[in-house]
Amino acid sequence: MTHLAKPRFHHPNLPVNGVGLTRRDYEGVVSTLCAGCGHDSVTAAIIEACFELDIEAHKVAKVSGIGCSSKTTNYFLSRSHGFNSVHGRMPSVATGANLANGDLVYIGVSGDGDTASIGLGQFCHAIRRGLNMVYIVENNGTYGLTKGQFSATNDKHSKGRKGADNLFHPIDLCSLAIELGAGFVARGFSGDKDQLVPLIKAAIHYRGFAVIDVISPCVTFNNHAASTKSYDYVRDHNAAMGQLDLVAEADEIRAEYAAGSSIDVALHDGSSLKLHKLPASYDPTDHGVVLHELARIKDAGGVATGLLSIDPNEADLHDLIGTTSTSLNAIDEADLCPGADALDAINASHR
Amino acid sequence: MQPTDISDPEYFHKVVDCQWACPAHTPVPEYIRLIAQRRYADAFMINWESNVFPGILGRTCDRPCEPACRRTRIEEKPVAICRLKRVAADYKGDIDDRLPSVPSLKNGKRIALIGAGPASLTVARDLLPLGYSCVLFEKDPQGGGLMRTNIPTFRLPTDVLDEEVDRILEMGVEPRFGEEITSLTAVLDEGYDAVFIGTGAPRGKDMKVPGRAEASANIHIGTDFLKSVAFKHIDSIGKRVVVIGGGNTAMDCCRTALRLGAEQVTVTVRSPRGDMKASDWEIEDAEREGIPILDNHAPKEFVVEDGRLTAVIFEKMRAEYDQNGKRTLLPTGEPPVVLPCDDVLMAIGQDNAFPWIERDLGLTFDDWDMPVVDRKTFQSTLPTVFFGGDAAWGPENIIWAVAHGHQAAISIDLHCRGESLADRPPPTTNLVSQKMGIHEWSYDNAISHDRRVPMPHADLKLALKELTVEAELGYDERLAFDEAMRCLNCDIQTVFAEPLCIECDACVDICPVDCINFTQNGDEADLRERLRVPAQNLDQDLYVSDVLKTGRVMVKDEDMCLHCGLCAERCPTSAWDMQKFTYWDNQAQPGPVHANAA
Ligand SMILES: Cc1cc2nc3c(=O)[nH]c(=O)nc-3n(C[C@H](O)[C@H](O)[C@H](O)COP(=O)(O)OP(=O)(O)OC[C@H]3O[C@@H](n4cnc5c(N)ncnc54)[C@H](O)[C@@H]3O)c2cc1C
Ligand SMILES: Cc1ncc(C[n+]2csc(CCOP(=O)(O)OP(=O)(O)O)c2C)c(N)n1
Ligand code: SF4
Ligand code: SF4
Ligand code: SF4
Ligand SMILES: [Mg+2]
Repeated sequence: MTHLAKPRFHHPNLPVNGVGLTRRDYEGVVSTLCAGCGHDSVTAAIIEACFELDIEAHKVAKVSGIGCSSKTTNYFLSRSHGFNSVHGRMPSVATGANLANGDLVYIGVSGDGDTASIGLGQFCHAIRRGLNMVYIVENNGTYGLTKGQFSATNDKHSKGRKGADNLFHPIDLCSLAIELGAGFVARGFSGDKDQLVPLIKAAIHYRGFAVIDVISPCVTFNNHAASTKSYDYVRDHNAAMGQLDLVAEADEIRAEYAAGSSIDVALHDGSSLKLHKLPASYDPTDHGVVLHELARIKDAGGVATGLLSIDPNEADLHDLIGTTSTSLNAIDEADLCPGADALDAINASHR
Repeated sequence: MQPTDISDPEYFHKVVDCQWACPAHTPVPEYIRLIAQRRYADAFMINWESNVFPGILGRTCDRPCEPACRRTRIEEKPVAICRLKRVAADYKGDIDDRLPSVPSLKNGKRIALIGAGPASLTVARDLLPLGYSCVLFEKDPQGGGLMRTNIPTFRLPTDVLDEEVDRILEMGVEPRFGEEITSLTAVLDEGYDAVFIGTGAPRGKDMKVPGRAEASANIHIGTDFLKSVAFKHIDSIGKRVVVIGGGNTAMDCCRTALRLGAEQVTVTVRSPRGDMKASDWEIEDAEREGIPILDNHAPKEFVVEDGRLTAVIFEKMRAEYDQNGKRTLLPTGEPPVVLPCDDVLMAIGQDNAFPWIERDLGLTFDDWDMPVVDRKTFQSTLPTVFFGGDAAWGPENIIWAVAHGHQAAISIDLHCRGESLADRPPPTTNLVSQKMGIHEWSYDNAISHDRRVPMPHADLKLALKELTVEAELGYDERLAFDEAMRCLNCDIQTVFAEPLCIECDACVDICPVDCINFTQNGDEADLRERLRVPAQNLDQDLYVSDVLKTGRVMVKDEDMCLHCGLCAERCPTSAWDMQKFTYWDNQAQPGPVHANAA
């Protein structure tokens, strides 16, 4: 880690976004992670995405569990709301917060341990509920914070730093999420911000559960030659499933795309996703095709990245259970707490 | 672009903006760090070696380093480089044992130096330790040149001047003071191996305006006036004084007049205020003392009544600029302005004059009657005769005179050894890692956000009473420390090692000023456009690496780098390292005598 606070001075020509802020205004405190940790690049990508989307920090809630990855919510958007919860329990906290206030952008940051081990049940149920949030897994194949044990996403027979063999089958969080009906499933690589930033922006725009599994190398415990989560391995085996552009409502589409290899997906808020350079016959809106293709790439030793699967029509939790779309803090006291008579009436209706 | 050749001594030198801009290439950040460590004598010696007059320059330098200071690119004001130099001089204690030894056995070469200003004194300082005999001619009774005769004592106390001039004289100069040279032939006839002409630009300009002759008893040429004050031939002046001119001489004249008892002093300038030649800080000082400056006022007539000057009449002007920015001053047609006065000080510039150089010696003069002098070697067309300081190409300032002196000394040394003047000694450079531990460096890499520490001034009432009360008090140690911490250590370079980089982006993300990029290579104009923040300052270089594993290159814009070392702290593989770049400009010295604080 660095002991210095990052100087407040910034480049005088730093671009300013639509709400008058620079990229630097979206930072948090200086990271205490190991130098070169992939997680810090994901932090930088989140900062960039929020900057580019003109998001105001007070309209964001950051939620996380426990782990090096989960610590990183402290390293971006220091003026946002935040809750650093217990290990693997971030989805519960996010669910509660979202029910009380659906107006915020929920950015969850978790790790492969936090999500695929202790928090696997919570993760699955958050998907089932269609919670409107961005769920980022910073996946390094290891328990970084507790000094490098194999995690549940680590590939079978990949090796630990000192040569130990991993005996167990990995959990592929993307396939699992698709299986469980997650509306937006993507995989990124911390070493490729050109791909990751648009994914995060699209996930923020998406209404419903958006998970991004980001391969994020742990330079200290899992970046050696026999690792399948190292910078070199991912760079050598990266199979990008198309290129993604988020087209805001107001933007006209300027780029030209080769016919037959691009797909448009309209989002709830009027913006749309433009996917191009897709492999022939890949259709991210068709679960069958997607799962089949992912399995094929995995068997061939590849790491499929990009927007893997999307359901443009997913309903979020509020739609499903019919709760008010107004956040509770905006409802006046009389409506929020209608008194004993109203309660009696409700109770009576159940008798 | 091709990978940057960081072994070129000028590449990193240019990154040290202040040192690059300093005519004598003083290692500024090195002495500033020493001041922060209270190692004032070491800081002084670094200065003394480079610029010869730290105490004088720490008060009077024209400081081209400050507008160049990197700090001005990220905040309002530069580091007070000049005033920190004064701190080193003020607190250094005794440094006599650190001075170079001068051999008692001479090398047999005799050099004549004409004029005892900073240029000649620098030549003497550089040549004496090499065994040369230096004979110094000066028409005045004391050495120092304009530093003694024109820079007022309230800016440069006499004891500071004496100390630094005497330090050189005591190295064994043979002074021939009080001797005006009236013939170069006569000097050459004394058989010197080389002659250095450092006679300055001695002639103050005059102006032909109606009434000039009639009022001459009360119209004084600024430089002559200041000299007369310095030698105590003048100790009073009329109650109402008008100063004509907008340069530093005008500023010294008006402030001197106040101290001689004038009650109403007005400075008048022909041009708009923005075009005034005086340094901002000199204008500020004059205004602090309550002196109004009237711009766009061109003198039209001196009014003389009963044989005495009673007023100056001015025509109001306005400036017009053509497409090339060339200025013409035009009368506005407004009614003339009449300023009643008792005395006028005319400070409108200086000229060179060499009536004492015979024109049949083989020493060529150009169409403007200036000697033809080589820009690099300072040699005239007569191989034994060299020029430097204001005498070479007209009025400049002390630090340029020093820089000229160093180069002329090199040339004289080469000339006397019979070597080519083109084979000049290269600068001495070094590049050393500053890493002390995982996140520990031998320099303080935390960035101070403090604003420039204002200079404390003497109480105005007291200061205006006496010519000898120094207007500026200088920084005390506490203030000096705070100011020293503002320096960004631009000599601690970011050095990149391609083979180590794993392209993790950590350095890109941490850099507070977005200097670092990993991108596809291109030509310079294209790369400059494509950086995270486009590199628009063309004066600053791009540092480009060799091709990396992903086929991209690292491109760093040197422009805004704070030298905070965060890139090197965040890099998991030490592909970035912070290395101190030392650059000593070439001098005619057998070996460096500076304190090495590596
Ligand atoms: C009013 C005023 C204020 C200034 N303030 C500053 C300032 O704050 N900072 C700064 O950096 N610069 C300042 N300068 C400029 C600076 O003083 C000069 O640029 C510098 O002194 C030039 O040095 P030099 O060695 O070339 O010559 P000079 O300092 O001019 O010295 C030349 C010497 O040669 C002697 N000499 C001339 N002819 C002969 C001869 N024929 N025989 C014998 N001796 C001779 C002269 O008497 C003089 O002593 C100022 C100048 C003026 C006029
Ligand atoms: C309830 C509970 N069980 C175990 C731990 C110990 N623990 C802390 S972090 C961690 C694993 C974190 O792994 P991951 O989520 O992958 O994060 P990383 O550090 O790799 O980013 C564990 C097991 C804990 N803090 N709380
Ligand atoms: S910050 Fe320091 S080293 Fe950099 S230009 Fe300014 S004085 Fe020189
Ligand atoms: S030292 Fe490194 S991190 Fe600091 S400003 Fe310079 S390039 Fe950026
Ligand atoms: S931090 Fe080091 S390894 Fe990572 S990209 Fe920068 S120079 Fe390369
Ligand atoms: Mg992990």
